[in-house]
Amino acid sequence: MEYILIFITAIFVNNIVLSQFLGICPFLGVSKKVETATGMGAAVAFVLVIATIVTYLVQKFVLEAFGLEYLQTIAFILIIAALVQMVEIILKKVSPALYQALGVFLPLITTNCCILGVAILVANGTYNAQGLEPSLLTGVVFAFATALGFALAMILFAGIREQLSLVNIPKGMEGMAIALVTAGLLAMAFMGFSGVDKGLANLFGI
Amino acid sequence: MNNFKILMNGIIKENPTFVLLLGMCPTLGTTSSAINGMGMGLATMAVLICSNFLISCIKNIVPDMVRIPAYVVVIASLVTILQMVMQAFVPALYATLGLFIPLIVVNCIILGRAEAFAAKNGPVASIFDGLGIGIGFTLALTLLGGVREFLGTGKLFDIAIMPEEYGMLIFVLAPGAFIALGFLIAIVNKLKKA
Repeated sequence: MEYILIFITAIFVNNIVLSQFLGICPFLGVSKKVETATGMGAAVAFVLVIATIVTYLVQKFVLEAFGLEYLQTIAFILIIAALVQMVEIILKKVSPALYQALGVFLPLITTNCCILGVAILVANGTYNAQGLEPSLLTGVVFAFATALGFALAMILFAGIREQLSLVNIPKGMEGMAIALVTAGLLAMAFMGFSGVDKGLANLFGI
Repeated sequence: MNNFKILMNGIIKENPTFVLLLGMCPTLGTTSSAINGMGMGLATMAVLICSNFLISCIKNIVPDMVRIPAYVVVIASLVTILQMVMQAFVPALYATLGLFIPLIVVNCIILGRAEAFAAKNGPVASIFDGLGIGIGFTLALTLLGGVREFLGTGKLFDIAIMPEEYGMLIFVLAPGAFIALGFLIAIVNKLKKA
């Protein structure tokens, strides 16, 4: 039950983009079409889960074991950059179709702050594990749910922007200004979920 | 181009937030009040000036193939130093900004300036570029933080200006960040055309 709660909280209540402000750059940058938004969402989900597992293991068995916690930021960014490269190479060999679909978005992911952000949250155990002890399993559930939340926000936003391109917008509001106001309204809609996590926790008896 | 021009270029013509639209995550995430926005801006500026200087010093030693990883390591080391300094001297601000401090590493402004300016210009010009862009970013964050704090709580830099009951809480919360920045960019667009 706790895992379901982590899942729902990370997707809806604490949505990574709309309430935590991580991963805004791709959220605003590649959300003009639903197709590209879906591709980006899938690529992020893929890398985020792998990166979380690897960085968690490195944190526990290398950095903490040797008292090198202060190297966390440097180590994690290098791991993520290397990982993205590796995923790219492996995908090219193993699944050319998936590589074709994700291709353009993979290199962009290195500088997506939601990957590094989630990796740090999971490694430090400072995310909301709903009363469970932070472990690799809860971390991975959290990372996967976060990635789904990212994809959901991206796709919803891209859908709205496709509609926006059909209407007349006042001159000064064109481009990024209207996109940001739209994102604000979307964030407001997601605020409707706040409190749902506590209600569900009561319901599940946690 | 003289150094003063480089400085003003970063503040106005290439303002990272309002014109280049870079580094949106900290811009939205840390501007719940003017003072937080300013703190984040100054922290980013410190890293930006040092990284611009170091990168323009090492630009001839680093082979072209591995330059991006090399820049990232330089930036990450500087961020780690900043993290320790802030933890020691301004623990309250460090706690409020939280996750956004290590995330300065992936702020596109810093890597963007390293690639676009520091890799092509001398150390002194690069310092001025870092200073200009840093001031531009700090001003933008302070402005956005000020607008949100004023509309949300009726205060500015923690000084009450109008009664708190008149504040619209939504501006301190997530949606207000998007909406306030959207309208600020619209105003900047309007001013640019005029």
